[in-house]
Order: sequence, then C-alpha cells, then structure tokens
Amino acid sequence: MRELLWLIVALPFAGSVVLAVAGRKLPRLVCACVGVGSIAVAAVITILIGVDFLNNNSTGISYDQMLWQWMDVYGLSVDVAFNLDAVSLTFIFVITFVGALIHLYSAEFMWKEEGFARFFAFMNLFVGFMLILVLADNFLLLYLGWEGVGLCSFLLIGFWYKDPANGSAARKAFVVTRVGDTALVIGLFILFMTYHTLNIRYILASAPGTWAVGSGIAMATAFLLLAGALGKSAQLPLQTWLPDAMAAPSPVSALIHAATMVTAGVYLIARTHVLFDLAPVAQSTVAIIGATTLLVAGLSALNQHDIKRVLAYSTISQIGYMFLALGVGAWSAAIFHFMIHAFFKALLFLGAGSVIWVMHDEHNMFRMGGLWKKLPVTFWTFLIGAASLTALPLVTAGFYSKDKILWLSYVSDRGSTGLWLAGLAGAFITALYTFRMVFVTFFGNAKADPTQRPGLLMTLPLVVLGILSFAGGFIELPGNMAHLTLFSDFIEKTLPITTIREFGNNTELLFEFIAAGMAIAGVMVAYRLYFNKSFPSAEPERNALQKFLYKGWDFDLLYDKVIVTPIVFLSRVDKNDFINRFYNGLASLTQVMHVALSTTQNGKLRWYAMVLAIGAIITLTILLYP
Amino acid sequence: MSLPMEQGILLAAILFCIGLIGLLTRRNVLFMLMSAEVMLNAAGLVFVVDGSVWGQADGQVMFIFILTMAAAEVCVGLALIIQLFKKFKSVDTDRASAMRG
Repeated sequence: MRELLWLIVALPFAGSVVLAVAGRKLPRLVCACVGVGSIAVAAVITILIGVDFLNNNSTGISYDQMLWQWMDVYGLSVDVAFNLDAVSLTFIFVITFVGALIHLYSAEFMWKEEGFARFFAFMNLFVGFMLILVLADNFLLLYLGWEGVGLCSFLLIGFWYKDPANGSAARKAFVVTRVGDTALVIGLFILFMTYHTLNIRYILASAPGTWAVGSGIAMATAFLLLAGALGKSAQLPLQTWLPDAMAAPSPVSALIHAATMVTAGVYLIARTHVLFDLAPVAQSTVAIIGATTLLVAGLSALNQHDIKRVLAYSTISQIGYMFLALGVGAWSAAIFHFMIHAFFKALLFLGAGSVIWVMHDEHNMFRMGGLWKKLPVTFWTFLIGAASLTALPLVTAGFYSKDKILWLSYVSDRGSTGLWLAGLAGAFITALYTFRMVFVTFFGNAKADPTQRPGLLMTLPLVVLGILSFAGGFIELPGNMAHLTLFSDFIEKTLPITTIREFGNNTELLFEFIAAGMAIAGVMVAYRLYFNKSFPSAEPERNALQKFLYKGWDFDLLYDKVIVTPIVFLSRVDKNDFINRFYNGLASLTQVMHVALSTTQNGKLRWYAMVLAIGAIITLTILLYP
Repeated sequence: MSLPMEQGILLAAILFCIGLIGLLTRRNVLFMLMSAEVMLNAAGLVFVVDGSVWGQADGQVMFIFILTMAAAEVCVGLALIIQLFKKFKSVDTDRASAMRG
C-alpha cells in the first residue's frame, strides 16, 4: 500500500494538467469530475496508507520513497524523494481529505462562474504543491512546494482578475510572502554550506553535533527559517497579505486557510524543531510572536463587518496559537490544533461562502440577519464550527486542542505566565468575535431574503466537517479526564515530547476551568451585545481606535510609509541612473550598427557584384604586395 | 610552337575585365549572364595557356570541367531569367530589389 505514496502527489498534478490542457473543450461536468475526483482518490489512498502505517508501525520508523535523482552538480545531490512519518501523514491527511471536501463544495459553488476548468486546474495544482511541501525529504523539494504554493495562491486570489482590486490583492500576497521566502532560501544556503547536503533528516540528525546550543550560526539559521514561516503563515509582521486574500472565491479561502499554505510555516518549524532547540532565543521569539499575533489579529477581527475578513483575522489569530505552542515546545499540541483548526476553519469558510452565495455576493454581515430559519443546515454546521473555534468546553474539538496549548504554554519548561495570559485573553476575544459574527449573521431581523438554496454538494462537506469539528477532539483528552493520548503518542514518534515543569495536583483542572470560563464569558458578552439587536445595515460609525483596529492596526499604512514610499521616491529620483545609461548606450550603438549594415543590403545585384569585385581586388592586392 | 605566356595571360585578363565591366554596367540580366560567361572563359583561357606552356594536359582537362560547369550554370541562369521575366515583365535586375535590408 505504501508504494502508492507517489500517486497521492501525482494525482492532483495529473488533474491539473488535464484541466489546463483540455479544460476549455471539456464540458463542465467532466471538469468537475476530474477536479474533484483527483483529490478524492488521493484522499482515499491517503487514508489507506494511513491505516497501513498505523497498523504496521509501532516503532515510528518513517517510510521513504525515492523516485528519481533530480540533479547532481558539484556535490549538490538532490533527489525527488518522499518521506512519510507521523507529522507528514497528519498533514497529507488534512490536505487531501479537507481539500477533497472543499473541491466537492466548489463544484456547486463555482458552477455558474466563468473559468470553471481554470479554477479546478489551479486548485489541484495548489493541493499538489502543498503535498510536495510536506512530503519532501530534502529542503530543495520542500522549497519547490513552498514556492509552488505561493504561485497558486497568487493565481487563485486573483481568480476574478477582471477586477483590478483582486489583482492587486494577489500581487500583495505574492510580494509579502516573498519577503519571507527570501529569508528562508538564505537559511537553506547556510544549511547547505554547513552540511553539504539538503537532506532534512541528515541535517536534523547531525545538527546537534555540529552547532552548539545558542551559537550564532544556529541562531541565524533558526531566525531565517522563522522569517520564512512568518511570511507563509501570516504572522506578525508579515500578516498584511492575508486579509486582502479574501478577494478570492470562498472555497479558495477555505483551502488557503485550512488545509494548505498558511499552515506551511507551522509545518516548517515543527519539521526543523531540532534547529529551534539549538536556538532558544529564536524559539522563544516564535512563542512571543504567536502570542502577540493572536491578540493583534483577534482585536482586528472584532471590528470587521465583512464576514470573510472576520474569519481571515481569526485564521491569523489561530495560527498565532499554533506558533505559541511551537514556541513553548508543545509540538504535538501545535499539530493537533492545526488539524482541528483545519476542520473548523474550512467549515466556517464554506459556511460563510454558502451565506455569501445565497445572498448574491453580499459580504457585509450587518446586511444579513435572521438567516437561521432559512438556511438550517448552514446555520447548525456554522454554529458547530463557531463553537469549536470558540473552544466551548467538553463538547467541541477546539476545546481539547486549544486547552492543551493554553495548559502547555504555562507548564512547559519554556512557557510562562505571560504567554498563558495572552492566550487566555485571546480565547476571550475569539469567543467574542466568533459569536458576534454568528449572532449578527444568523439572528436578528432579516434584511434580505436568500434567493437560492445550497444543494447537496454544498451541504454534504459542511455536515462532514461539522461532525469532525465536533468529534475530532476525542482522540486526545486531557490528563485529568480520560487521559487519552492517541494523537500525541502518534506525533511523538517523530517530534519530541514536551518537557513539563513541576506543578500541583489540581492545577490542570483549575486551568481548564479558567479557559472554559473565558470562552463562555466571551459568548455571554457577545450575547448581551449582539443577540437579536437591530443594527443599521450601513457600515457602522467607527471612532479612531476602532478604525485603527478595523484596518488591521494600520500595518499597511506603516509599510506604505516606511518601505513603499521611499522606494518609489528613490526610483523616481534615479530614473536615468548612470548604470542604465551605459547599457542604453550599448543598445543604441547596436542599433546604429544595425542600420549601417542593413543599408548595404539594398537588393541590387550589380551592387553586390561590384562589392565582390572590389573585395577580390583588395584581397589580391594584399596577397601580391604584402 | 609555343605560345608566349605573357600574351596569353594578358588576353585572358583583358577578357576578364571586359566581362566584369559588362557585369557591373549592364542592367539587362541576359547580358549580365553573358558577361559572366566571358569571365568564365577568360579563366579557362588561363588554364589552357598554362597547360600549353608547361606541356601538361591538366590545363585542358580543367577547361573541359569549366565548360561543363558553365553549361549547367547557364541552364539554371536562363531558368531564373524566365522566372524573373514572368514575375516582373522585364529583365531589369534593379526592379528585382525587394530583398533590401
């Protein structure tokens, strides 16, 4: 079964190629079958491989599949080879399974759109590159997937390219993540200079023997990798591209935010955890960035009126939680939260997409209201997703994953009270903005009537994801409840176990109560403020602080002032710079010579004969009178 | 009896120059072809004269080659001239100057 690993990656690429080449000529139904089918089959193979891997692998040995040698130049030998272990298995499961559900949903969502085949070609390509990223056994292949994912995000964010705003959002996503990518590639250069290979496992195995803990080069490498992760995962200070990425169709947002792309940074840090162990400062920076980001993005989410932007900031904030977990060494908790987050965030985006779809591209949730009776399936599944995001205690999957992060951010040997408090405040804000969104969108008086109902293809993924957001948490229960640790046992075959400080007996229970209380308090406050209230459907008046938060803490303005304006100014001043002049001169010289030579080609036979004769005379003269 | 070499070569040179001048001054492509034939024969004459002076047959053999080549060349040349005439309704080479740079 495991020999089929290559097929998981090959199928999405094959689907993408078929749709790209023949998509215009195929009928929509065939396009949908190819697009959805390729990912669905990949998901089935993933599950079969996963079962096989779980059953026959008690020691946690990873499985390698060497396909072919990519290149071998001057000591740089790179293979196209895949490496399957607990972490990459979890990632490919989420990518293919959630991806397949999103594809299924898109088949109905995008049915009437222009460029149906193009959409599925890009989506398949996106999934394919993400699979390469997480399965790669060396950093160059990982980087290929990394850049491929960036390319596909550009293509999909600008999918409705006729609106220039979408095009500029796509460029922004591409350029901002490119900042991180550049740092990442410099980090990879350092790794290659030191180890003369890019094989991930070899580097991770030999790093502790080569670099001392806290040495400068280890620190530099870890920080460069971190910068790459920040760009892709939209963490401070490179988070500005993600809210604008909402220009994409809703299924794309679901795919970018849940299954692919933004979790690449989490994967990178988890994968290279050895390097971060060698650089404690870098690792605590990860935790601090995560904690700051989750607060910053949460406060911004509170002030949005576009339902998708609320979810966008919520994604940034939830990935902040994952970074917090990575930073305190809670590796398996981060991966667990990644998986649960993929379930409920895909659910929320698809639910929001349904709402937007039935309301004819209405994004402003203050113009919705009262939808819970009219869209029952969407409402109940959305509610489950929202509850999971809020981490309502005991019944939702989000509680188990988020509670684990909060707990470990305090008791881990790298944790601290400050990090825990930030996470706790974030939990309150999360509950508040999530249920603000639910109450405003689905309750209150109806302001517009939906004109169409989502069909089976759109509701089925919602239901499946709803079940997972609810039941997915029961594979990992806290120590003081049932002490079920299926997931962390599985992940800890690959990643190290979190070191825990001493703590009292009842502390964990107390912490759970506090976290649960925070979530419930957030929901209560949202209930008091937003339930069944009538809001004007126009954009609300905002005071200066709200405006500041609404614009995502004005990071765009800051970057515009600090980076964009000076560069534009400099390029305007130096429009005809001297280096350019030299090359321009070279170009005009060539042109002059071209004109001169082309006049000799006047098409007159006698002229040619004369030139020939003169040439012969000159040659003879030179030969005879040297 | 032997031909003085200088006179033979001088005759060949004069013939060659006549041919060259004809080629350069004439616009009628038919005459240009004839001028080219004159030049070819001038070159052939040099071979014959030298072969005779040194008492070797190679010069005459070479001249036979040149004759054969000239015959083939005239075939192609005349065919081209017919095509040129068909296309431009004239045998003026300056008219056929569409291939200027």
